Amino acid sequence: MKKICLTVIGLYIGLLAAFSQTVQDSSYQKRRLKIDEINLVSSYYHQNGDHAAVTGGIGSQKLTDLSNSLEVKLIRLDRQQRKQTWSVDIGLDHYTSASSDKIDPKTVTSASYADTRIYPSVSFSRENEKKGTEWGGGLSFSGEYDYTSIGANLHGSKKTANKMGEFTAKGQVYMDRINLIYPIELRDGNSTDPLKRGGDSRNSYSLALSWSQIVNQRLQVSFLLDLIQQQGYLSLPFNRVYFSDGTVHVERLPDSRFKIPIGFRANYFAGDRFIFRTYYRYYKDSWGLAAHTASLETSIKLSPFYSLSPFYRYYHQTAIDYFAPYMTHAPGKEFYSSNFDLSQFSSHFFGGGVRFSPPRGILGIQHLNSLELRYGHYTRSNSLHSNIVSVHLKWKG
Amino acid sequence: MIQKVIAGILLLTALNSCQVVKEFQKNRLNDAEMILGNRKVEKTELSFQSYREGASGANAGKSGGGCGCN
Repeated sequence: MKKICLTVIGLYIGLLAAFSQTVQDSSYQKRRLKIDEINLVSSYYHQNGDHAAVTGGIGSQKLTDLSNSLEVKLIRLDRQQRKQTWSVDIGLDHYTSASSDKIDPKTVTSASYADTRIYPSVSFSRENEKKGTEWGGGLSFSGEYDYTSIGANLHGSKKTANKMGEFTAKGQVYMDRINLIYPIELRDGNSTDPLKRGGDSRNSYSLALSWSQIVNQRLQVSFLLDLIQQQGYLSLPFNRVYFSDGTVHVERLPDSRFKIPIGFRANYFAGDRFIFRTYYRYYKDSWGLAAHTASLETSIKLSPFYSLSPFYRYYHQTAIDYFAPYMTHAPGKEFYSSNFDLSQFSSHFFGGGVRFSPPRGILGIQHLNSLELRYGHYTRSNSLHSNIVSVHLKWKG
Repeated sequence: MIQKVIAGILLLTALNSCQVVKEFQKNRLNDAEMILGNRKVEKTELSFQSYREGASGANAGKSGGGCGCN
């Protein structure tokens, strides 16, 4: 009997020990990094117009861009049960541009006709759900033939005690380097202006502040304010400017630009089928450019797993103080540009998207969480028009 | 100026009337299409808009880096 009792107690202790071990293993496993989601975004963009900046505000703006980006998000819980998120992103764009080809118009097709841009980035954030805080940072790189950019950012956010409001601050720095490639006819001392050789720098510093607020079970809003300072070589060396006296010069813009955009978002879930996403932004900068942006997107849920999303965006800007079209700049000015991206214009962008998120996954593959397709047509009041098709595939762990 | 003051008062009133929403009541707010920011599928759209237009920022996106020269 004594033996049986001891055996039962031994088995019980053994079971307890085994069970304790399982719990320890389980909590240990939670702390290991695991893939939370993978996002693949691909886009095809095509534009045309007749105000290319490379040729002084005249000429073809035909451009195509094939863009792909892959993001892998990894998560883990640390010893204090705080959620850590690591995100690794790599982007690859390949574009062809008719206007870049005119940097050296004597060639049939120059090297600048096409280029590839690669832009990897990595970011980290740690969220403390109990305290309602999150902080993190990231590093990024962007490289193409004549331009490289290194970026770094830090961000932090804090929720209110009732988790209804959240304040976020993000600081970003971009250190860019541009190779000074001038139009062929202005190289080798042929320009009347003194032109710097080699490369130059362009740095951007920004502080982005936002406040988001849940108003009720159907409405949430956010207020956004950015303060952005750019310094360095802010012109583009291959943009020509033709003066009224017939002379040709390289675009020249101030080496400092301060921008203040203020934005507001409101998203409303109406009934069980409609989501209205609205956005407004006012923008002003130290070059004299002011702009208004307003957009509305409506998601119509055909079922909980399928939705259609038509959208419309209106944009209007005034010209910078230094803009004038082809052959209208008077000689003797300190700064000048014929880049129509900085002229006065209005634009309309409209289109629609479709989103599939079936409960059993796309094509019955459980981890393929959602597929989104989107098309947009963009038209600008100064002849530029473009089309874009995008696809987003999400894998959820 | 008067319009701005009225808009500010309306805004403060609206925010003051916020209801406390419990976690289990957030099913609509947590919908993937209710996100208060840009969706992944908009990534290239935002990029070309920031290159083709003079204004940028206040959209939780990039505010520098990369050329967009063409």
